[in-house]
Amino acid sequence: MTVLPDLPRGGGPTRASSSRTRRRRPPLGAAETVAAALLLLVVLMAVAPGLLAPADPLAVSPGDAFAGPSLAHPFGTDESGRGVWTRVVHGAGASLTIGLVATVVGTGLGTALGVLAGLGGRGWAGRATDAGVSRVLEVLFALPGLLLALVVIAFTGPGAVPATIAVGLATAPGYARIVRSQVAAVRRSPMVEAATVLGRRPAVVLVRHVLPNALAPVVVLATLGLGQAVVWASSLSYLGLGSPPPAPEWGAMLSAGRTYLAIAWWMTVFPGLAVVVTAASATVLGRGLARRGRGGRP
Amino acid sequence: MRPGRWRRAGRWLVGRLLGAVFVLWAVATLIFFAIRLVPGDPAEAILGGPGSQASAEALDTVRRQYGLDQPLLVQYLAQLGRLATGDLGTSYSLRTDVGRLLLDQLPGTIGLALLSLVVAWLLAIGTAWWATLSGRVAATVSSGLEVVASAVPHFWLASLLILVFSTGLGLLPPVSTGTPAGLVLPVVTLAIPVAGFLGQVTRDSLLDAAAAPFAISARARGESPSGLFSRHLLRHAALPGLALSGWAFGSLLSGAVVVESVFARPGLGRTLLGAVTLRDIPLVTGVALVSALAYVVVVALGDLAERAVDPRGRAT
Repeated sequence: MTVLPDLPRGGGPTRASSSRTRRRRPPLGAAETVAAALLLLVVLMAVAPGLLAPADPLAVSPGDAFAGPSLAHPFGTDESGRGVWTRVVHGAGASLTIGLVATVVGTGLGTALGVLAGLGGRGWAGRATDAGVSRVLEVLFALPGLLLALVVIAFTGPGAVPATIAVGLATAPGYARIVRSQVAAVRRSPMVEAATVLGRRPAVVLVRHVLPNALAPVVVLATLGLGQAVVWASSLSYLGLGSPPPAPEWGAMLSAGRTYLAIAWWMTVFPGLAVVVTAASATVLGRGLARRGRGGRP
Repeated sequence: MRPGRWRRAGRWLVGRLLGAVFVLWAVATLIFFAIRLVPGDPAEAILGGPGSQASAEALDTVRRQYGLDQPLLVQYLAQLGRLATGDLGTSYSLRTDVGRLLLDQLPGTIGLALLSLVVAWLLAIGTAWWATLSGRVAATVSSGLEVVASAVPHFWLASLLILVFSTGLGLLPPVSTGTPAGLVLPVVTLAIPVAGFLGQVTRDSLLDAAAAPFAISARARGESPSGLFSRHLLRHAALPGLALSGWAFGSLLSGAVVVESVFARPGLGRTLLGAVTLRDIPLVTGVALVSALAYVVVVALGDLAERAVDPRGRAT
């Protein structure tokens, strides 16, 4: 192989670097636009389910059970003859609320812990707080993901509210770690030093300068985390630890569909698709926001 | 030079061991006090909450075993002492020794997780390679695939795979009974979301490395694209993924809870799910301790692998 034909064709690096420069000027790309539109659709489902699916999600009609997708029931019907489309639309509210509340719990707790750790002064008390919080996070990280949520549910018992809080708790350490490093970085920045030298009181510096800069990434992270929270919450429902069965909630619907997987694939495929679309849209949008926020690559 | 190196290794090991002991102590302590935070009789809480209708003698046994009539501090120290000697107590739902039960369940889950991790790395590196070597369209397609892969819930992926490969094509069994064929679908289910995440971080650092001077000079020397990838870029690409090994382990273990339940495969995850459903606190404690220990070990191994791949950290 000669050098000359290799360089233009040896696309990897050349193209990769050109794609890098492409990613440095991030407009709201096609992917982000689609993701935002899909999320808006899910929000519309949650806010006004009757608009998209006028039927009653709980009305049983045994004669129509296990009908495949058709004009009357675009997503087919379940074991009680309820339209899967109707239930997916009406389930958006519950699933999205659980995801949102869990994200709020997670970011709130994570931010509080992170700020506490990152803000500790240079004295021994500050260092001890930082070390203490870091140790707590280390322990929480040792029960990763669903595990912490499951342990919490072992104590609280199953249900939609415990599952929401459990997912929130399980996501908190991740947020806390990022907020901590963010706060610590902003505190050492020349801007904060200048404010301190100019004689601003520590509390003012904290509220006016450190927090706004340190918390901006949390908004982006929360968008990314929303998808994860929806997935985890639906996983817990699927395992029978979240919303009880009759309620139209995506995870609970999937749990019911599991029994009839071989005869009614639509009971599993469509609610799951709703979870994936929501989670993937939140991820794409969050990554887009992250790129824009940093004016370059994530 | 040699002795210094040994001393550093020794210090690293001692640090890790102390960290592990601390994490285990903290998990045990958290659970000990969580039992007391649940309103009502702690003996009842240990036996599965107020709904369990535990018999009077069962409650008595628990009170005696946990010394619930003694002061809190005595109870706590006694519990720590038991755990320190490896006595994890008795499961109330299965009426067996928790330690023995977990030892039986552990190999299956660890094997499943390790196999999935290998498959996930192969998938991630394969996609990254393909995306770097074949340009724009491949890069767009693979980054889209990665986002979807990392957003897919395990239980849905498992159901889809069963629909296609078991119900539809009849190629693979929908239940994992221990045959190699039965292992395929669980491993693929666990590997795909992890591969999505690993692929994302791998590609980011691959792009950085590809634009670095050493890569350009290697190309100028006449290195072929695949030679460049395997000899020069792969190390850089793997690093952030290795740093995420703790996270990957968490995803695999969380996934194992779902996957073992969907594919009716015995293991740690399914044991935990059963214990949580029946609120069998000794068993939950046991699984939490074992998985926390496993997490610490995995993070340490990831750290070692990172050092092996990245010579820059060794000098300091």
